[in-house]
Amino acid sequence: MTSIKTKIGRRAFIKNTSLASGGLVLGFSWLNSCKPKVGLDMAAKELSKEWFELNGYLKIGENGLVTILSPNPEAGQNVKTSMPMIIADELDVDWKDVMVEQAPLDTGAFTRQFIGGSQALRQGWTGLRMAGASARQMLKEAAAQVWKVPADEIKTSGGMLSHEGSGKSATYGEMASMAATMQVPEEVQLKEKNEFTIIGTSQKNVDGMNIVTGKPLFGIDTHQEGMLIAMIVHPPAFGLQLKSIDDSEVRSMPGIRDVFKVKVFNDDYVKTFFDTRTYNEVAVIVGDSTWQVMQAKKALKIECEPIQSSTETRDRFGTTWEQHTPKGLENTEDHYAQMRSRTEKGGEVRRKDGNPEQAFAKAAKVIERTYTAPFLAHNCMEPMNFFANVKDGKAELIGPLQKPEFTEQTLSARTGIPLENIDIKMTRLGGGYGRRSYAHWLVEAALISQRMEAPIKLIYTREDDMTDGIYRPTYHAKLRAALDADNNLIAYHVNVGGVPECPLYENRFPAGAVDHYLAEGWTIDSNITVGSFRAPSSNFMACAEQSFLDEVAEVAGKDPIDFRLELLDRAINKPMEGVTNDYDPARYAGVLKLVKEKSEWGNQDAKTSRGVAAYFCHNSYAAQVLDIVMEDGKPKVQKVTCAVDCGIVVNPDAATNLAEGGIVDGIGNALFGELTFKEGMPTKKNFDTYQMIRMQEAPKEIEVHFVKNNIDPTGLGEPTFPPIFPALANAIYQATGKRLYEQPFLKNWAI
Amino acid sequence: MCLNFVSLFPSNSDIFMPSITIMAKLNLKINGEVKEVDVDPSTPVLWVLRDHLNLVGTKYGCGIAQCGACTVHLDGTATRSCMLTVSMVGNSEITTIEGLSENGDHPVQKAWLDVDVPQCGYCQAGQIMTAAALLDKNPNPSDEEIEMAMNGNICRCGTYLRIKKAVKIASENS
Ligand code: FES
Ligand code: FES
Repeated sequence: MTSIKTKIGRRAFIKNTSLASGGLVLGFSWLNSCKPKVGLDMAAKELSKEWFELNGYLKIGENGLVTILSPNPEAGQNVKTSMPMIIADELDVDWKDVMVEQAPLDTGAFTRQFIGGSQALRQGWTGLRMAGASARQMLKEAAAQVWKVPADEIKTSGGMLSHEGSGKSATYGEMASMAATMQVPEEVQLKEKNEFTIIGTSQKNVDGMNIVTGKPLFGIDTHQEGMLIAMIVHPPAFGLQLKSIDDSEVRSMPGIRDVFKVKVFNDDYVKTFFDTRTYNEVAVIVGDSTWQVMQAKKALKIECEPIQSSTETRDRFGTTWEQHTPKGLENTEDHYAQMRSRTEKGGEVRRKDGNPEQAFAKAAKVIERTYTAPFLAHNCMEPMNFFANVKDGKAELIGPLQKPEFTEQTLSARTGIPLENIDIKMTRLGGGYGRRSYAHWLVEAALISQRMEAPIKLIYTREDDMTDGIYRPTYHAKLRAALDADNNLIAYHVNVGGVPECPLYENRFPAGAVDHYLAEGWTIDSNITVGSFRAPSSNFMACAEQSFLDEVAEVAGKDPIDFRLELLDRAINKPMEGVTNDYDPARYAGVLKLVKEKSEWGNQDAKTSRGVAAYFCHNSYAAQVLDIVMEDGKPKVQKVTCAVDCGIVVNPDAATNLAEGGIVDGIGNALFGELTFKEGMPTKKNFDTYQMIRMQEAPKEIEVHFVKNNIDPTGLGEPTFPPIFPALANAIYQATGKRLYEQPFLKNWAI
Repeated sequence: MCLNFVSLFPSNSDIFMPSITIMAKLNLKINGEVKEVDVDPSTPVLWVLRDHLNLVGTKYGCGIAQCGACTVHLDGTATRSCMLTVSMVGNSEITTIEGLSENGDHPVQKAWLDVDVPQCGYCQAGQIMTAAALLDKNPNPSDEEIEMAMNGNICRCGTYLRIKKAVKIASENS
């Protein structure tokens, strides 16, 4: 039996908040003390230094219906279904008797809800179980009192309490009000993992019906009486700032109420990690309807001026850092040229094992390759938007965002409205992928509403969404490998950087699997704003590393899977002294073995070409085999076989859907994803030029296999995304004999 | 409170209320009802639905007929409502996701629930409307025909395989 404390010191995680109305209501909130173990991605890594807190509540009505307020925003990872499943399982109720609602951001004692870094389930797991188990315990104690029998003789199942000795039984509903008078237990028993009845079963998306019938679930659907529509006009190029606006034509246009400038952050404000904003000052047009404002937007003339270079202090959860923003209008070709020459200077050495210089010098073969990738735009299908109604010192905000807890503080700092007067209601997110962590549009919406003294909905057009972005950075990696005379990998060297961020994870594979290892990183300043993007950094490193290892395996004359397994064997059987690696080599090898078996590796038919890749990120492991056939000289992805180890799978069909999504999205970004800049201006503004994957390019078939184990759940929103890039590159090589070093693949793919 | 706005102009919006508005009263047949709207005739149907009729199931994704999020039926044909000006509709019947079925029981909607297609869900109304129009015209589409018909609808979450599967199930059940 696992038991768990519901209190640490004076801090109680579960609170009885039952009202007079009958039934049992437990509020829950907990700190997750999990240390930033290893391998968390950037934002999560920073955050983990803080304590995590989640909150929600569960209510058991006298009719036996259970309502669970799901604590995290829903962006399509299905946490709104899977998190309540965990509670319901420990509570021991039938899933059909459970209703799920989205918890609002509660500005009281219980806060800290966010999505990002595939952390929702991982962070929530224990606390959600504790909440369900506490309620079950209180119901048992209530029944014990009524029936005058010992509580530990009472059994629960499917929302029923029963006592064998006395033959008594009751529904949860019957005991709910009584249970509300019980003390919250200080320690509760959790189920053994083999006792789960809901966890591990496939349950349908709780919002499915609302989605397929077009119900207003999204922020952009928000409507309130008297609401005005607002849009922004931003400078056309990075490196420019707004100087003045000429609204002479616009003011008299139909339905236009006002035109003005909004400054998102005050000059003296110290921006936090998620306070990134491209253009701190933007023009705003407010009007009666979207179309009228869109017309005015086209007519508005703005004058811009070059920015000056600046250095500002940013606050990363208590630690400050200096962010340098250079002036100038940047160009993509220059970025690539700068990265090339920066590479030659070498970077900051972040890890060095053994004597790599010597190993390379005496190697029988040295392989050196360079990989690049462009900036990427998030392109969430729901463009950025937020509703705001700021009145009488209070702010009501409705919309999609990933880090409400942090954005709320930013808004409070900007407007002076105290936190308790800020009410953020989270809507479903029409895609997030990291972009909605930087919720400057919430602040903009609030400032616009405050000025208009009216409820407003701020909408970014697709063009604004794409050209005023917080992008995935552009990267450049030089990788070197040394083989000895027996074709063993004896040294590995990664030299990687980006504009303006470095994607290096120095403690990841093959670190720990090779005696001589060197990892160095560098950055080049830029005024192009960047931020988290599905599997930050991993989304590039996987492709560089796994394409490279494929080539190294070939030079070594080894099968690409066997070659990786050999390295992992080395990490398992001969762990190196005094180093820490992010990954568990046995679990890493596990997914490779599973994908080898399930894909029947080595048995493909003559016209099929296959590529393999594996990667570890967000505490999970994924390996993929991708099959293509050539049709009219073009590769068509036929099938992807994917093996994932993300610990216990709470909702298998939903998890499969998410894994499939990562794969399809990854193939799309690998083939087409690219944002380039000319004189600071993004060269793509909408989907006519920014190519997105469509059904015709998606694989015909995807098979997802989960490693079965009893490890607490780890992330799944991101881990299937990075390895599909190199799996595709490696398959294309098998089909065409051409190695791909530059993304997007379509660009250098002269077939 | 926050007084950091920089406005070059007086903010009394009444002064700037439009003097020459080019509005027109139009009758639209939407989901089996006639609705009167008073809008600029150049307004795309998408915004008439969303802003004026509070039918927000039809989504804005690109505004240039590239993503399919705004798909409605115009006399049964899948049409991108973001490029269809309201003046072009005339007597044609518009059906939106809200009007596809009374209770979410159109075979396509049922299949979508069956397969549990959506992730974020934002693109799905458009996907469903495109699929429903396809099956109306071609009750038994081949894989290639499904791909052709659905290719105008983008899903960043990558649910294409499930969409295809749901279209096939709907085709078998209708
Ligand atoms: S919004 Fe109409 S096709 Fe994208
Ligand atoms: S389900 Fe998210 S865009 Fe399609």
